[in-house]
Amino acid sequence: MKKFGFTISTPRNLDLDATQMDRANELLERVPSLNVCIGCGACTATCSAGMFTSFNIRRVQTLFRRGQLEELDKQLHSCMLCGKCMLVCPRGINTRQMVIEMRRLLNE
Amino acid sequence: MEIQQRYWNQYQKEIADDHYFYERSCIRQTFFPGSETAFLNILRNELGKDICDNPHQHTCTGIGYHSDVVPFETTMTIVARLFSLMTECGYENYVPSCVTSFGVFNEVVSKWNEDPELEARARQYLWEATKREFDKPKNLVHPSDVIYKFRFDLKPRMRYQLVNRYTGKPLRVVEHIGCHYAKIFPETGIGKAEFPYVLAGMIEAWGGEVVDYPERRHCCGFGFRQYLVRENRGYSVANTRKKFMSMEPYEPDFIVANCPGCAMFMDKWQYTIAEMENKTFDKEGYGIPVLTYEELTGLLLGYDPWKLGLQLHQVQSERLMDKIGIVYNPSEKYKGISGKILPMPERPECLKV
Repeated sequence: MKKFGFTISTPRNLDLDATQMDRANELLERVPSLNVCIGCGACTATCSAGMFTSFNIRRVQTLFRRGQLEELDKQLHSCMLCGKCMLVCPRGINTRQMVIEMRRLLNE
Repeated sequence: MEIQQRYWNQYQKEIADDHYFYERSCIRQTFFPGSETAFLNILRNELGKDICDNPHQHTCTGIGYHSDVVPFETTMTIVARLFSLMTECGYENYVPSCVTSFGVFNEVVSKWNEDPELEARARQYLWEATKREFDKPKNLVHPSDVIYKFRFDLKPRMRYQLVNRYTGKPLRVVEHIGCHYAKIFPETGIGKAEFPYVLAGMIEAWGGEVVDYPERRHCCGFGFRQYLVRENRGYSVANTRKKFMSMEPYEPDFIVANCPGCAMFMDKWQYTIAEMENKTFDKEGYGIPVLTYEELTGLLLGYDPWKLGLQLHQVQSERLMDKIGIVYNPSEKYKGISGKILPMPERPECLKV
């Protein structure tokens, strides 16, 4: 193969025809309060695990809801379930339940 | 039907009938060397129109301008000089060969119309630098608009149609319109930015079938800044790849484009993608031929494909010409103007030619 000095960038758009959204839809059934998330990131800002690891709860829930589930299981195990994110969420989302349900769904 | 026609009329634009001032493209002479000459021949010899091909013309600065290298003041002064050439020759209808130039001229004229002081400054810069003056064009259209306007006049003169002679079915054609044709100023395009019809109109009139695929309006991948620095070219080729992945299932016979950059990138990146990923976008590994609209018109009119410069494309067109039934002489493919046969180009490793 010839070297061109660059490679083909991977597009970041979602192919919804090729994405399994079943588990994302199931998550919204199990944690209905997640429907009102505005993505403000207060959960991530206050996250203890996020202070010491690359865990980012907003990113994780965004990827889960897009159906991009690769490597999420490993990341979700960084969460210590301390619940500080629940205290600061302006929409009252049960974020701890969200993490637990995401773990369950990934292992079902 | 009447209501539909009334709405569709709002998507048309005025295209002058005759007396055009032609401005050549910087890059087309290199990549598609027969296209501009073919356009001039078609207008003069097939349609009997008057078109001026002035030898004093120069760049519009478009590539430099869109790469943030050339400031707007310089661009509008250069544009003013080009308009002064048109005025000097006694023409009022400006026809720039390149879609990038077409966008630049529309942008400059629009800015001048919104801000007359800016126009006065351009006139002053031009006068101080060259002692020249200019009139703004009364009609500013792209050459593809002109071919579109006369597509039914050209049809009876054509020796071939866009029909597969083996199956009798219309050829499946992907039409790609340059972003700067109507995405910047929608009213400057036939069908505006929503329903661009300039190339689709030609294809339908000449017997072909337009392929409507999901990424039909996606950028070809040129994008100026994406391309100029080598390390960034991954973004450029990614856009092209996305388009080709989208059109591949529809098995188009060829692509026609009205922008020099689009035709070049969609042609040459097929080689790059083939070398990088061993992937071609037709079943037999030859790639999808990419033609300019002048080459397409010239081919159907019966012009010699080698004089149109088809041998200089990356993806070769013999299989397409065989499908249409175009008569050509393979032994003259690499014959130069002097009559000598030129050296054969190197063959790609993955893309068949």
